[in-house]
Amino acid sequence: MGLKDKLTELKKNALEEINNAKDLKKINDIRVNVLGKKGPITEVLRGMRDLPKEERPNVGSFANKVRDELSSAISERKERIEIIKTSKRLEEEKIDVTLPGVPVKTGQPHIIMQVIDQIEKLFLGMGYQVVDGPEIEEDHYNFEMMNLPKDHPARDMQDTFYITDKFLMRTQTSPVQARTMEKHDFSKGPLKMISPGKVYRRDTDDATHSHQFHQIEGLVIDKNITMADLKGTLQLIARTVFGKEREIRLRPSYFPFTEPSVEVDVSCFKCSGEGCSVCKHTGWIEVLGAGMVHPNVLKMSGIDADVYGGFAFGLGPDRFAMLKYGVDDIREFYLNDMRFLKQFSQRG
Amino acid sequence: MKISTKWLKDYVDIDIEPQVLAEKIERTAVEVDEVYRLEKGLKKIVVGETLKVEKHPNSDHLHVCQVNVGGDELLQIVCGAPNIAAHKKVIVALPNSRIADNVKIKRGKMRGEVSEGMICALQEIGFAENVVPKKFVDGIYFLPEDAEPGMPVYPYLGMDENIIDLDVTPNRADMLSMRGTAYEIAAIYNKKVTLPHLEIKENQNDNVANFLEIEAEPELASTYLMRIIKNVTVKESPIWLQKRLWNAGIRPLNNVVDVTNYILMDYGQPLHSFDYEKISGKKIIVRLAQNDEVLTTIDEQERKLDAHDIVIADEDGPIALAGTMGGQSTSVDEKTTTIALEAAVFNSSLVRKTARRHNLHSEASMRFERGINRKTVVEALNAAAQLIADLGNGEVVSEIAKGALEDAAPVEVSISLDKINNVLGTSLKVADIENIFVRLGFGVNIANTMFTVSVPPRRWDISIPADLIEEVARIYGYDKLPATLPKGELTPGHYNHSQNIIRATRQLLEAAGLTQAISYGLTTSEKAGRFLMQPSESTQLKFPMSSDRTTARMNLISGLLDDIAYNVARKVDNVALYEQGRVFYREVGNDRPVEVEHVAGALTGLFKTATWHEAKVPVDFFLTKGIVEHMLRSLGVTGRVKYVQADGHEEMHPGRTADIYVGAEFLGFVGEIHPNICKEYHISRTYVFELDLGKIMGLVKNHANYTPVSKYPAVTRDVAMAVDKSIKNSDIVACIKENGGKNLTKVELFDVYEGEHIATDLKSLAYKLTYQNKKATLLDEDVTRDFDKVVDELKEKFAAKIR
Ligand SMILES: [Zn+2]
Repeated sequence: MGLKDKLTELKKNALEEINNAKDLKKINDIRVNVLGKKGPITEVLRGMRDLPKEERPNVGSFANKVRDELSSAISERKERIEIIKTSKRLEEEKIDVTLPGVPVKTGQPHIIMQVIDQIEKLFLGMGYQVVDGPEIEEDHYNFEMMNLPKDHPARDMQDTFYITDKFLMRTQTSPVQARTMEKHDFSKGPLKMISPGKVYRRDTDDATHSHQFHQIEGLVIDKNITMADLKGTLQLIARTVFGKEREIRLRPSYFPFTEPSVEVDVSCFKCSGEGCSVCKHTGWIEVLGAGMVHPNVLKMSGIDADVYGGFAFGLGPDRFAMLKYGVDDIREFYLNDMRFLKQFSQRG
Repeated sequence: MKISTKWLKDYVDIDIEPQVLAEKIERTAVEVDEVYRLEKGLKKIVVGETLKVEKHPNSDHLHVCQVNVGGDELLQIVCGAPNIAAHKKVIVALPNSRIADNVKIKRGKMRGEVSEGMICALQEIGFAENVVPKKFVDGIYFLPEDAEPGMPVYPYLGMDENIIDLDVTPNRADMLSMRGTAYEIAAIYNKKVTLPHLEIKENQNDNVANFLEIEAEPELASTYLMRIIKNVTVKESPIWLQKRLWNAGIRPLNNVVDVTNYILMDYGQPLHSFDYEKISGKKIIVRLAQNDEVLTTIDEQERKLDAHDIVIADEDGPIALAGTMGGQSTSVDEKTTTIALEAAVFNSSLVRKTARRHNLHSEASMRFERGINRKTVVEALNAAAQLIADLGNGEVVSEIAKGALEDAAPVEVSISLDKINNVLGTSLKVADIENIFVRLGFGVNIANTMFTVSVPPRRWDISIPADLIEEVARIYGYDKLPATLPKGELTPGHYNHSQNIIRATRQLLEAAGLTQAISYGLTTSEKAGRFLMQPSESTQLKFPMSSDRTTARMNLISGLLDDIAYNVARKVDNVALYEQGRVFYREVGNDRPVEVEHVAGALTGLFKTATWHEAKVPVDFFLTKGIVEHMLRSLGVTGRVKYVQADGHEEMHPGRTADIYVGAEFLGFVGEIHPNICKEYHISRTYVFELDLGKIMGLVKNHANYTPVSKYPAVTRDVAMAVDKSIKNSDIVACIKENGGKNLTKVELFDVYEGEHIATDLKSLAYKLTYQNKKATLLDEDVTRDFDKVVDELKEKFAAKIR
């Protein structure tokens, strides 16, 4: 048998072996056996020196061709085996993707705090400061500086927990405003603030009353503040909390620290004005109180009421949350039932 | 204030749907509580005439009545009312009628007798119990003699009109009268007000001076007047008057008292009628009570008076509490013939105090507190006197006895056009504003763009320019105001340091798996005083509403335990809550407590429940401590945080509680609740922490400097050792760090073992030590040298057996 025939035979056998190889180890063995230094092709090439000179190139190139063919057959087979191996692995690794994911353990803000955060964000964006103040206040700041002298009939509007004759649980967060007004330096710009926090009233707890609840009061004092500015600001609050379609309307009201004073209604977000149980079939829901700061309040805080003026508003995050989420018992907020708290997890 | 629309129409010519009118009032003046019509919902209720009334054969209290209801046939109706009588006009609910509360009346049988309908009491057709005349409270009502059988009863009872119930704000006490409301409605609709004035006919042959003289301090009563009406017959008032009263929510009593109430509603002027014959002597004194004086008021209560009560006194002492309630000894009864009628304006703050102290809030006291139209005191007194005379066939004695009489003049307030427009953000013209003041019935003088407004005494709420701006705004209409935002100098809006720390704390704890709770700041004194982090006096309410809420909290954990107990009682066994809020520490001698921001957490049950994929994670000390560590680290608390075994907290597990320090600063504690407390709350093992956020704020420094990441590899060595159980991890770690050499960067505890494979008094601890040099690759022998040193030290110091 000539070398060429030997090579052809070799190739045929090797190809068969390659195509039958089932794993990478086998194919590696074949590579070493067939193409290695001690393999048959090398041997054939080594045997070339026994050939006549003129045949050598012919056989040589044939041998190289066989080697290349086998080499690429090995690569192809190797690739093929890898594909099979991978797809076999993927097949084995198949899982039931409908099984539930691993729960992520997180907590979340209280729903009232979510409302407060939302409103704080709105006002920080408009350049307001957020100002905190004491929950146990002096009668002086809670009432007198708010234009509510002792024995004023409007003191009946707020039943108060007194600690002593002088100190009380604040009934509103407006004393924070009085304290801030006293200190504010108007040469450094206007006063724009909101004061969120807990307030207390001497009330018996029931579905709509709580001896503890929250308030956010806002105040702007500058040279050219108008009631139209108040209206625009209130509209923004209503639209931020209750949706961008909302309208507001103002109705006359009475608060000792503002004049004029208004009650603010927002168009019903449940029925959009058609009338439903939320809006008591009026299309409007009372949401907050506001007004232009009473000159007495400015004067008491040492502000020139002929030069400066402004607006104030007060809203109840508890009430906002009740309206927005349909909570019908204010006590739910302070019982902290996990099943209640966990309902308000949507952040988007 | 219940406004009768019929009465209103006597004064202002309006013809407007009640709902529309109510809405307009609400948008322009005061809130409206309700608009209603008494007859609404009622059906087939007519006048009946009881022609024959016989005892029911099978009952000792029922009667069988033959009733004419206008048709050809009489109706037989069985009636159980004790006051049923023949030949009376009564209220009949016909078969298939509907009475109050949507109750249907059907033909039926009562103890064998056919009953074709029902004879009704006023309450049964919707009257409030407290407006029904006394003599009809326990029985059926008798309609006027001239009521026509078969006709609907509504007009006879004043039920055929709309009532608008106003919620009058304290500043608009002028609207606590029909006349004041009429002015307001007229201004809203740009109409004229026509008010009737009852002309007084005095008996000139007699003079009040023959009856009375009065002494009154103007500080107590700026106006104090009396009239005498003599030869009066006290009897039932005519039905027109009764209708007006009960529609206003007042129970008719007799013609004298009814007139004073009627005038109260009409003018807003409280009046009081005395039985003149029961007054001792001829001198009336308005004065402050002396301490320990006693007065029995008409509600038969004996009241101890003090020097803040204004009283009306005769020779023998107090006969009335000014502005709140009359005395029983001088009250008008059926035998009264001579009336002393009082009209006054009392000191509002004293009346308020008296009303509060004696719990005597009434229509009258409310008006004295909020103000009275000084201009119409005399007119109201005259109208009342004349009406009493007319209804009681009496005569008004000439002249008024005066203790004091205040002059009532208009108040002048000036304001410029610019001021109005600048405050409202409008561009109103002079004529627009003039028109508004004219509609309100104010006098107005205009010079250029300056208004001088003359405000009549009936609007005593107006005294400064801001008040005028409000009048303009509301009559012009708030809807017409533009909506803008404040212009002017820009200001930065940002949280301050403390606010940032508070908000960061909340976010960290939420991300760590705790849900925010908001508990009550007021609690019992026992709960308030637990878990104290520093000695403090408690801060108590003077007049708490309930024994559960008496004291300002001095810790947050108590509230969280309440929350856990609430959850556990409802079978929610896995709870992980935190709260951020204030506690109130008070020093002896200070009335006012210091308010300190705290943060606390409480966990019980499972932190994570088992899933198909993961085992359950129960809450324990180390999980809770891990949350605290994470929070402090993430907040950037600088300095080394120390956890020190703490067995001194009464409410905590003595072996499972750590006090937390940074240096010498005590921040708070973390640990397990004492089993006794758990038992009290009916909760299982609960882990808590509470920290002083105020101190944390002080420890948080702004950003640490960047440390370059080392390019050179780290080398680790593990050491496991057996040591005595009493030896603390913190001491071992401290020892390793102290002796670890300059390349030691991290010490991690990765295993703790106690149990059968080790002697009972020993435990095994295993640590991973990480070495790294920032500037060079560490040599193995250097690490080994450092590590061996640590091991030797551990052996020596803790008698550690290296494993
Ligand atoms: Zn609605």
